[in-house]
Amino acid sequence: MGDYLVLVISCIFVNNILLMQYLGNCPFLGTSKKIETAVGMAMAVVFVLVMAGVITWVTNKLFLVPYNLEYLKTLSFILVIASLVQFVEMFLKKSIPALYAGLGIFLPLITTNCAVFGVCIINIREEYTFFEALVSSFSYAVGFGLALILFAGVRERILLGRVPKPLQDTSIALVTAGLLSLTFFAFKGMV
Amino acid sequence: MAKSIVQEFTKGLWEEIPPFRLVLGLCPVLAVTKSVENGIGMGLATTFVLIGSNLLVSAMRKVIPNKIRIACFIIVIATFVTVVELLMQAYTYALFLQLGIFIPLIVVNCIVLGRAEAFAFKNGIIPSLADGAGIGIGFTLALAALGAVRELLGNNSITIWSPWDLSFPMILGSSFQPFTFMVEAPGAFMCLGLMLCFMNLFEK
Repeated sequence: MGDYLVLVISCIFVNNILLMQYLGNCPFLGTSKKIETAVGMAMAVVFVLVMAGVITWVTNKLFLVPYNLEYLKTLSFILVIASLVQFVEMFLKKSIPALYAGLGIFLPLITTNCAVFGVCIINIREEYTFFEALVSSFSYAVGFGLALILFAGVRERILLGRVPKPLQDTSIALVTAGLLSLTFFAFKGMV
Repeated sequence: MAKSIVQEFTKGLWEEIPPFRLVLGLCPVLAVTKSVENGIGMGLATTFVLIGSNLLVSAMRKVIPNKIRIACFIIVIATFVTVVELLMQAYTYALFLQLGIFIPLIVVNCIVLGRAEAFAFKNGIIPSLADGAGIGIGFTLALAALGAVRELLGNNSITIWSPWDLSFPMILGSSFQPFTFMVEAPGAFMCLGLMLCFMNLFEK
C-alpha cells in the first residue's frame, strides 16, 4: 500500500506531467484561458488517460512483447489511442449525452495530447505492473488537471492586470507557467 | 496563391517559424533544449519526419478519403518516427538516450500533424517538400537558439556535437556563477516566454 502512495504522490506532485516533465503543453496553453474550459479538458484527460494507460499496457504485454515487436510501440500505441478516443466519443454521444456535451470538443484534441501518449510510454519504460500502470495513469492525469486548473485561475487574474504590450498573451502565459513550475519544484526530493 | 518554391521554404525560417509564430509542438521545445546539442538533434529528427510525412501525404492526397484523413496522417507520421527512432538508436546512441521519450513523442508533435493537414494535403509534392524542409529547419534553429541561451546561462558552456568534441566550456569566464535554474523546467518556460517577448519587441 505504501508503495502505491509514494507512486501517487510522485506522479501528481514531484513528477507533475505538465510542469516537471514538459508533456501536454499545447492544451496547457490552449485551454487555460478560462477555468470552465480548463475543467472540461482536465476531466476529459482523466477519463481517457486511465483507459489509454490500461489498454496500451495490455497491448504491449499481450501482442508486442511475445512476438518481439516492441519497435512497433509508437505506431501501435498511437493507433490504439486514436481509436479509443473515437470510440469514447461515439459511446458518450449515444449513451451519456450530458457528459458528451461537457467533454465533446476536448475529446478529439486528446489524440494529439502528448501527455496521454507520453504516460503510456512512461508506463512501459518504467516496467510498471498492471496495477502500478493503472495508478500512475490516474495520478498523472490528476496532476495534469491540478496544474491546468491552477494555471487557468492565475491566467484569469492576469487578464485584469496591465501587461506590457510585447509580453501579452502567450508570452506572459509562459512566464507564469515558469513561476508555477518553480512552486512545484519545491516538491523535488520529497519522494 | 502562386508562391514560389523558395518562398514556401523561407516562410518557415521567419514568417511562420515554429514554435514562436505557430505556437505548436511546445513539449519537445521545452524539454530537450537543455543544451544546443540536444536541440539540434531533436530539430533534425523532427525535420526528417516532417519532410517524409509531407512528401508521402502529398503524394497520397488524392487517394486518402477526407473522413479518415487524420488517422491516415498519424499512421504515416508514426511510421517515419519509428524509422528515426531505429536510426538514432543505431547511429547516435548517446543522443538517443539523452532525448529518450521525446523521440517517440514526435508522433504527437502538433507541428508535424498541422503541416500535413494545413499544407501537404492541399499542395503538390515539390511545394510540400519545400514547406516541410523550411518549417523543419526553422524549428531546428529555434531549438538551437533556445538551447544556446539556456545552456550558456545554466551551465556556462555551449556543446554543439560532443562526439566531435565541439564543445566550448567556460564561455562566460570562470568567475561566472551559472543559474542551474535555467536548465530545469521553470527556466524553460520563462526563457521561451521571454524570447517570444523579445521577438514581439523586435518586430515593431
